[in-house]
Amino acid sequence: MNAIVISAVWGTVMMFSAIFLKKPGAIRITAVLGLLILLISNVLDLMNYHFFPVNTHNMLYFDSFGLVFNSIAFGSTLIYFLLSARDIEDVGIHTGEYFALIFFVLCGVSIASSFNTLLMLFIGIEIISIPLYILTGADKRNLKSNEASLKYFLMGSFSTGLMLLGIAFLYGASERGTFFIDELAIGRGVGSPLFIVGLILLMSSMAFKVSAAPFHFWTPDVYDGAPTVFTSFMATIVKAAAFIAFIRLFGDSFVDLKPQWQIFVAIITAATLFIGNLTAVFQQSVKRMLAYSSIAQAGFMLLALLTLNSLAKEGILLYAAAYSLATIGIFAVLIKMKDYTFDGFNGLAKRQPVLAATNTIFLLSLAGIPLTAGFFAKYYMLAAVLQTGKFLWLVIFAVLCAAVSVYYYFRVIQAMYFKEGDAQTMEVSPVFRGLLILLAAIIILLGIFPQWVTDRLYLTYF
Amino acid sequence: MVPVLLFVIPVVAALIGFFIKNNDTARTWSLFASVLVLIVSLTGLALPAGDAHLKFSAEWLPAFNSKFSLGLDGMGQILTFLTAIAFPVIFVATWRDQYKNAGNFYALMLLSQAGLMGVFLAMDALLFYFFWELALIPVYFLASQWGGERRIQATFKFFIYTFLGSLLMLVGIIYLYLHTKNGSFSIESFYALRTMMSPQDQSWLFWLFFIAFAVKMPIFPFHTWQPDTYEQAPTAVTMVLSGVMVKMGLFGLIRWLAPVLPIGTWAWGDTVSALCIIGMLYASLIAIRQNDLKRMVAYSSIAHMGLMCLAVFATSQISMQGVMIQMFNHGINIIGLWIVVDLIERQFHTRKISELGGLAIKAPSLAILLVIVALANIALPLTNAFIGEFLMFNGIYGSVATHYNVVFTVTAAITVILSAVYMLNMIQRVFYGNTNAITAQAKDIQLNEKIVLAVIVVIILVVGVYPQPIFNLTKSTVEAILVKMNYKL
Repeated sequence: MNAIVISAVWGTVMMFSAIFLKKPGAIRITAVLGLLILLISNVLDLMNYHFFPVNTHNMLYFDSFGLVFNSIAFGSTLIYFLLSARDIEDVGIHTGEYFALIFFVLCGVSIASSFNTLLMLFIGIEIISIPLYILTGADKRNLKSNEASLKYFLMGSFSTGLMLLGIAFLYGASERGTFFIDELAIGRGVGSPLFIVGLILLMSSMAFKVSAAPFHFWTPDVYDGAPTVFTSFMATIVKAAAFIAFIRLFGDSFVDLKPQWQIFVAIITAATLFIGNLTAVFQQSVKRMLAYSSIAQAGFMLLALLTLNSLAKEGILLYAAAYSLATIGIFAVLIKMKDYTFDGFNGLAKRQPVLAATNTIFLLSLAGIPLTAGFFAKYYMLAAVLQTGKFLWLVIFAVLCAAVSVYYYFRVIQAMYFKEGDAQTMEVSPVFRGLLILLAAIIILLGIFPQWVTDRLYLTYF
Repeated sequence: MVPVLLFVIPVVAALIGFFIKNNDTARTWSLFASVLVLIVSLTGLALPAGDAHLKFSAEWLPAFNSKFSLGLDGMGQILTFLTAIAFPVIFVATWRDQYKNAGNFYALMLLSQAGLMGVFLAMDALLFYFFWELALIPVYFLASQWGGERRIQATFKFFIYTFLGSLLMLVGIIYLYLHTKNGSFSIESFYALRTMMSPQDQSWLFWLFFIAFAVKMPIFPFHTWQPDTYEQAPTAVTMVLSGVMVKMGLFGLIRWLAPVLPIGTWAWGDTVSALCIIGMLYASLIAIRQNDLKRMVAYSSIAHMGLMCLAVFATSQISMQGVMIQMFNHGINIIGLWIVVDLIERQFHTRKISELGGLAIKAPSLAILLVIVALANIALPLTNAFIGEFLMFNGIYGSVATHYNVVFTVTAAITVILSAVYMLNMIQRVFYGNTNAITAQAKDIQLNEKIVLAVIVVIILVVGVYPQPIFNLTKSTVEAILVKMNYKL
């Protein structure tokens, strides 16, 4: 509860900060401060210090899974702010509002990670989505940004409609008429056509939010059109939050019906892996490649949804952390580039050795090379599926796709290190470099000791 | 303590090496570190088998019961010794090669040494996988950054091949881990699986592992990365690749596949052996037609690795013993060949056999040393490779694991004749005959090259005449593995 209240309050504070604080630096510091408070209060929540004893009538349910994810999301956002806050200021003149919207998104994230009824899920997802529509269009004079925003809004509204319809159907199918997720799949209504249609609609709309194939078509255009700083936020924290909501929903309500829907998820997973990886290979722009890579990574995360065992729950948290941190790092470097194509990175290693070296570590992590967090993230996903003893074909397929992903991630490394060129970058401050090194160090440490994240799930702090 | 030092010294030296800006300092520093590793390795050899200093274990990932456990058995000793001696030899032999950013070059070389050591030392499947990949990454950077013209494509092909292979192996490792009795990655619990896994499971799991190993060795038809990579990589890296790194595949086969999935290994033995035979004949025939020295040596390496793999699947004590000694010998011999190739290339800026000639008059010491190395490569008696190949042929012929032992032995023996054809042909065309415009001004080799080649020749002759110490070292490993494969000793 701490996180929900504080993020909403601080979002409002940020809205007014632009009026009272004239210097952009002051706004930035307020935002970072707010995020620190948010992170600390969330960790305190995990340690059983609740500041706001609100009776939610069991509509929200705070367990370690959601709270640990909140910490990962807030921590990633903090690093994101530290690395890219200056670039947020460059997007337009409404600096305060941008930060405010991000805080509102975080409020949505903390609801989506702790919902216990479908209504709260809906509210959480909407609170995440609406500020994002605005952020996508934040670059007002850029036509691509406007187009992306409109596209995102139209597609997003459509999927919201599907979700509401699905919720309504499930409500109708349930025996006593309930929105509580743990009671949905109990009673006579289960298996009725109404229930099945509702489940499929809900699954489709969630698949849209995590950009799983065949609901992924909005992703490349929106990620490409949005200002790069906001793409970074959307592709990482928001996407991970949608996954957490997806897993929470299916893990708590439909887990007993797994044999019925599992094959659908398996097909979606295979399609997502295939389309994401194959299309990423043919991209010329690194930003667009990252959009497709985010689809490909979503394919791997879907393996957790497929299995829903304890390995999957630990793994998805690690995956969320590994993927978010690495992608935030790559985007932070990308923002500093003048040319977003692969050729724009040619010879970066000579001009900016720190940027190139850290970027290499981020890319290796996304590719899942050992000694980086990405390896254990993938390890958990594969192990979770293998543990079920089924879907061996999917594991092999996922592994083949992971090998394909090396192709496009390593193209960036090749450009930076092995090709001659004159990569143009914006000015880079020593603090920025230091933060990148810190981020790379975190990724490597998580690649050696993944239990630092996964063990949080089981720790008790009494 | 010894295993930890073998791994930690190169890692620390590499991390320091990244910050050395001066080329000469970097070179000296890496040579110093690699000599230190060699000393540690020699100390390890002096210790009796099973000594407490040859093992190390520490907590690593309690969540899935994976330990940081390293150990040295006979096979580990011989291969870590090969790794330990290969690097100083390579550093001295390529002393005069100039690299841009030499600090990074030597640091990455040392990192690859650390990775290789880790592979040969790991007693935990997940740790083994870690090192398996870690040995690959530095080599990828080395070959892509300092290699020839087509280096980027060639190395990339190599990387994708090996990475795909190792991912399949990862699936296999996780699958086996989930079936271990106590949920552990330790090598003992993996060995315990050999009676628990059903023949059907063993049969398909075999390929998950074998593809990874076959790509590394390489075995036909997974070999296509190899000639390109050997040709394009800088020679020092090629020496690491062909001298030491290809042994990772054989090592993996002997330590992590055959004793863990014996039924799978028996079941697919003939298939794999046939692939080995095809690859050996094919590579030898291509080697005869090569005009480029590097490519010729690369193809000859495929043929030799094929024979060793064939001998592993013959599963007899004699052939296994032959493989053990031949892994070491092949590493030494092929590094010797590469040194000569490097010398020729540096002096004449060409590797084309047709453009060279008459070197024996101009560079007599080089000619003598090369002839010995080349004869060792053909496995002439009195050289080290003769011992290994004789044992392997003997074992393959007497193998009870296959019905086709006669066919295998005869065809494999043909490749030895073919190897004499291309090796002697190369010597004849490069070293004898008349000098031409390119070779007229040839100079003989210098002191550092003389020293390393002399070291190699001494090893070739000593092992060729008195191989008993190596047999004593690896005997227990061979027996332990054959027992696990259910072979009656």
